[in-house]
Amino acid sequence: MKIKNEIKLSFPSKSCNEGFARSAAAAFAALADPSVSDISDIKTAVSEAVTNCIVHAYRNKTGIIEMTARILENGRFYIKIKDSGCGISDVKAAMQPLFTTAPEEERAGLGFAVMESFMDKVTVRSRLGKGTTVIMEKQLHTKDGGNEQP
Amino acid sequence: MQAVIEAEEKALTVYLSGEIDHHSAVEIRSDIDLAIERYKPERLILDFGEVTFMDSSGIGLVMGRCKIMKLIDGTVEIANASTAIKKVMRLSGLEMIVKI
Repeated sequence: MKIKNEIKLSFPSKSCNEGFARSAAAAFAALADPSVSDISDIKTAVSEAVTNCIVHAYRNKTGIIEMTARILENGRFYIKIKDSGCGISDVKAAMQPLFTTAPEEERAGLGFAVMESFMDKVTVRSRLGKGTTVIMEKQLHTKDGGNEQP
Repeated sequence: MQAVIEAEEKALTVYLSGEIDHHSAVEIRSDIDLAIERYKPERLILDFGEVTFMDSSGIGLVMGRCKIMKLIDGTVEIANASTAIKKVMRLSGLEMIVKI
């Protein structure tokens, strides 16, 4: 699908960057003039994905998180969040609601469930010791149906 | 993120404001837990009226406080949660254990 606009960001896995990452993604998506609900859903899903990188992928260390966001033709929003951390041994199990490897930090184990509920499509690719890439897509409810340039 | 805590007879009300995420939840939960330990309330009321954003870290925050309140035979109530916040709460099934 044709890319109408794109941003790429990379930032260290510090928890203070959770707010920055979701705000940046929301500000970029807002260029396509989506609904308030779309923006809210994107902010929540991005927050979950970035928090996973910080809490799980780079546990006890700091690494780089790469975020690529795109506005595609027909008002479709795409976002990729990539880390080079520990990886997930069983992606299917990790995506089950209430699954967590960090209960002591009061993680609810709902990160992937929130991403899947708030976005239209979630794809997770992971390799142990190499890292994890989460790609999410959402159809934006734009006033012009996504035909205008963002 | 801020938490203003008011203790009345048997009830502790926490007025939360700003954004609740993994980064902010750590500080908030320690403030609330200190107040629970001090006042040992029968009811803990978490007021989300001024909360502008919450991800699943907020669910962990509420569930953790439920566990603590259960230990002292107390209850937890959620007040003034916005539609967006309720959406995250419903996904977790939180309303089965907490009054929203």
